[in-house]
Amino acid sequence: MALLSKKDANLIMDPLADNNPITVQVLGICSALAITAELKASIVMALSVVFVLAMGNVVISLMRNIIPSKIRIIVQLVVVAALVIIVDQVLKAFAYELSKTLSVFVGLIITNCIIMGRFEAFALANGPKRAFWDGIGNAAGYGLILIIVGFFRELLGSGTLMGFKVLGDPITKTGLYALGYENNGFMLLAPMALIVIGIIIWIQRSRNPALIEEN
Amino acid sequence: MAINTDKNLYTVVFAAIMVIVVGATLAFVASSLSGNIAENQRFEKQQNILYAMGINDNDDESNVNFIPTNQVAEQFKKYITEQLVIEGDKITPDSSAYLLNVKKQQDLVKEGKSGKLPLFIGEKDGKKYYILPMYGKGLWDAIWGYISLDDQMKVVGVYFDHKGETAGLGANLNQRYFMDDFAGENIMKGSKFEGITVFKGNNDPLNERKDDNRVDALAGATITSNGITNMIHATIRLYQPYLETIKAKN
Repeated sequence: MALLSKKDANLIMDPLADNNPITVQVLGICSALAITAELKASIVMALSVVFVLAMGNVVISLMRNIIPSKIRIIVQLVVVAALVIIVDQVLKAFAYELSKTLSVFVGLIITNCIIMGRFEAFALANGPKRAFWDGIGNAAGYGLILIIVGFFRELLGSGTLMGFKVLGDPITKTGLYALGYENNGFMLLAPMALIVIGIIIWIQRSRNPALIEEN
Repeated sequence: MAINTDKNLYTVVFAAIMVIVVGATLAFVASSLSGNIAENQRFEKQQNILYAMGINDNDDESNVNFIPTNQVAEQFKKYITEQLVIEGDKITPDSSAYLLNVKKQQDLVKEGKSGKLPLFIGEKDGKKYYILPMYGKGLWDAIWGYISLDDQMKVVGVYFDHKGETAGLGANLNQRYFMDDFAGENIMKGSKFEGITVFKGNNDPLNERKDDNRVDALAGATITSNGITNMIHATIRLYQPYLETIKAKN
């Protein structure tokens, strides 16, 4: 971390743990439920959000002094939407296969509350460099949870990881399935994503009592 | 700052400039990339058609591997010997039939108007395959695909794709474990064009019975599975007159 000052490094490290957008701020839950049935989809979504949030944060931060406050939310929406469309078009032209995997998530990126939240809370008040690191940090914090949830849901729900049958073949009964193991189909449905996220929040809070609110 | 960003005039001017700048940027990006995108989509159609008739780069049992894009145009020319357009009783060869908008044309025919239905005839190892494009509805959005039949109306292979089915559930319709099940099934039941039903109820998970017009459904994706059934049935109804003539010949 010698490249970054301590303050900048905190911008990245904080959202990964003690100020995680999903488990602490409870933002971006919607997409965390919708697309985490597979590890691959989680990773693709995480990378897309890292790109869009980092770029968007920089653009908004550069414009922060000229954006009229009355229409700032609309301006933010236009910036995200434009960025996402450009990314989508470039991928379609030069990485067609990838763009097909990603197409489902494009709409979800625009509606992701973390993006609007960071624009509003950070980029409008800070310089582009800090905004960039903040974007990377928050998107990575979001992506980390997505990947953890995707890992458990795909492993326990389908017995695969990234499409590879890591536990054996459920139909021909090899590997773990020969011992009578069964996939838990419930893991593939959205409620289980919520429960997995709940367990992550539980573990995180029991390890760090400072996160528990008094009431 | 020197500018008063709270003034109404400033807000309106800012919004106007922003719209023009963003609009121009997006229009520029879209028009400068449209050639590449159209080419990619054309290659994709060719890859899908070839995949359905069993021309692919599959090297194991789990992944879908198409013919690489830089070879597909050449392979398409080699294996697809005829492309036909069926318009009512009229059948005409058309080398760009694969570019027809399947949804639009099928809708026209379903409404009773005249539409152009494309059909591809492939030849591999001296055998003729008839490849029909399909189009239908899944849970969230469109699903489509290709089904290739031999002259006895036995399925040689299929390819399915979708726009927005649920990842991990309905989106698995383009996975090998599902698509491979269709090979060997027959769309005929006796002398009736029965189609293939994607069937829930796990009585034949290995799909060993090939005479039941049934394929095991996708877990957790009832609506997508039913959509595939309906899509296959609708396509076979549309092409039935032509398929009957093939069947009669053999």
